[in-house]
Amino acid sequence: MSTTTPAATRLPTSRHLADRLGDRILIGLTFAASLAAVLVMGLLIYKLIDGASSSISTFGFGFLWHSTWNPATSPGVANANIFGAGTLIFGTVVTSGISLLIAVPLGVAIGVYLSLLAPGRVGAVIGPLVELLAAIPSVILGLWGILVLAPVMHSTIEPALHDVLGFIPIFGAPSATGLGVFTAGVVLAIMVLPIIASISRDLFLSVPRELKDGALALGATRWEMIRGVVLDSTRAGLAAATILGLSRALGEAIAVTQLMGAGSLVGANLFNNGDSLASRLAEQVTNAQTSQQLAALFFCAVVLLGMELVVNLAAQLIVHRFERRQGVAH
Amino acid sequence: MSMSALDPASPLTSAGGNLRRRRRVDLLMRGIATAAAAVAVAILAIVIVSVASKGASQLSISFLTKDPVQGLGTVGGGIASAIVGSALIVAVATAMALPMGVLIAIYLTEFSKPRTARPIRLALDLLNGMPSIVIALFVYGLLVKGHQQTGFAAAFALAIIMIPLLARTTQEMLLLVPRELRDASHALGISRWRTIVGIVLPGALGGILTGMVLAIARAAGETAPMLLLCSIFSTSTTVNVFGTALPNIPYIIFQDSESGFPADYARAWGAALVLIAFILVGNLTARAMLARKRRLMSR
Repeated sequence: MSTTTPAATRLPTSRHLADRLGDRILIGLTFAASLAAVLVMGLLIYKLIDGASSSISTFGFGFLWHSTWNPATSPGVANANIFGAGTLIFGTVVTSGISLLIAVPLGVAIGVYLSLLAPGRVGAVIGPLVELLAAIPSVILGLWGILVLAPVMHSTIEPALHDVLGFIPIFGAPSATGLGVFTAGVVLAIMVLPIIASISRDLFLSVPRELKDGALALGATRWEMIRGVVLDSTRAGLAAATILGLSRALGEAIAVTQLMGAGSLVGANLFNNGDSLASRLAEQVTNAQTSQQLAALFFCAVVLLGMELVVNLAAQLIVHRFERRQGVAH
Repeated sequence: MSMSALDPASPLTSAGGNLRRRRRVDLLMRGIATAAAAVAVAILAIVIVSVASKGASQLSISFLTKDPVQGLGTVGGGIASAIVGSALIVAVATAMALPMGVLIAIYLTEFSKPRTARPIRLALDLLNGMPSIVIALFVYGLLVKGHQQTGFAAAFALAIIMIPLLARTTQEMLLLVPRELRDASHALGISRWRTIVGIVLPGALGGILTGMVLAIARAAGETAPMLLLCSIFSTSTTVNVFGTALPNIPYIIFQDSESGFPADYARAWGAALVLIAFILVGNLTARAMLARKRRLMSR
């Protein structure tokens, strides 16, 4: 026994050791990285609430509907350092709403075209082009909005809407520059569009072929098949797609800052200037004059974070319920 | 339901008034869907053509090699220092985010159990849906408040934005590596880490690099982190990422688009053309690589 070569017995053990050590190290490293991601997410929520704490304790829930925003360094001013995000939340909701009103019908229609109508090769070109729209940075869409879209809005679209629909207060007197809540909503729609289009295309492609063929075999026209089978069976998914689009629109700061014209939305006229939670952050964080103002800005971010969490969880819930129902059906 | 509108008594072949109406609605709706796709492509074309036509007149050797001039509305100058700054910030961000994203993806695909995977997936989903201005404010509170803006702070924020993107594409690519390769490796008595490092990762390398290109293209255009973390800078070229804020392209575009002077608008278009060209080239190559990879893998 003692004459067996040492290498024959020792080599396997050393290899085993290296293997086990290597496994441990790799598991440890990958787990540490994953843990770090969870910690960053937790730290993000903590840091934002921590930064806002003085503002939260001063203004409480009233912050959500009060509309004063009065950063002041001299103590004599009335309402000095009173902050509320009412108009900002309003601006965020209105711009996001405009963008969804435009992007959802358009995006679903594009999804229908790409998944059911387009000839294979045409769809293979147009699909990626629509997705490429999502790759354009918001700052460039904002620049384009200021210098190309806003003049057109000012000279043509806003007066036309005012002339035809002027009896509705939201289409009031056109703006002086073309910048305003409406223009910001239109550019947001361009950002939301590719999200909704690509999700709805994937949804429509997932509808079983037999169902579509069955409807056509029963004599339904293509549109009747789309309305009765495709759109009907993907309602939940379309709702989730809309919510994901909303999530994108709520948090967009840069293009909205460039296009809203900075100023609080007064009254219903969509052609007026406005401000949103995200755009107020973009404008004021680096030149906040007092610690109260900075805390109020952190509070805005907490409100935005809360909105995003609710919206994302709602989308996940819808998808989850939908998947469960599908699971039962099959 | 539309089917109930059908009258079973009428033969489907004769084009009666009802059928003619239905066909007309069908044609109209299909026309609308086609028009919608045309609108989206037209918007993309209009934006790119606007940037290209207005930026091209700016583009010159001196625009790419001179630093920006001081002061709003000043004619001349270039974006050299901003190109250097943007490249540095994105490089530092990638150096942080790429290993993190790949390690997380390896953990999720190779090691995790459902119970540990769920919180990690949730955190990645939440980070992915987080507005970049909120991430920027978080980093502002963490690194800048009470100190000063640095290129590193901006890179850190970009890394947080990139990690969920990198983790997701890497995961997708790791899952594409055939199960049989792993099984064969295990059957030969090769340990898990050697299997992963020697067989699974090389198999997915092309896909991971593609994901990296896409993440870089996304990060290069992010403006909100620059605004909060890297916007107060001197316009000369500097490589001091950890000490000061660096000039960068997204902030130059933002600032010049807000100024109201024609000279600034012109510089903004020029910078926008440089940025959009970089992003489009990155996206198109990544897409081509990805399509090729998927085709090869699924064969």
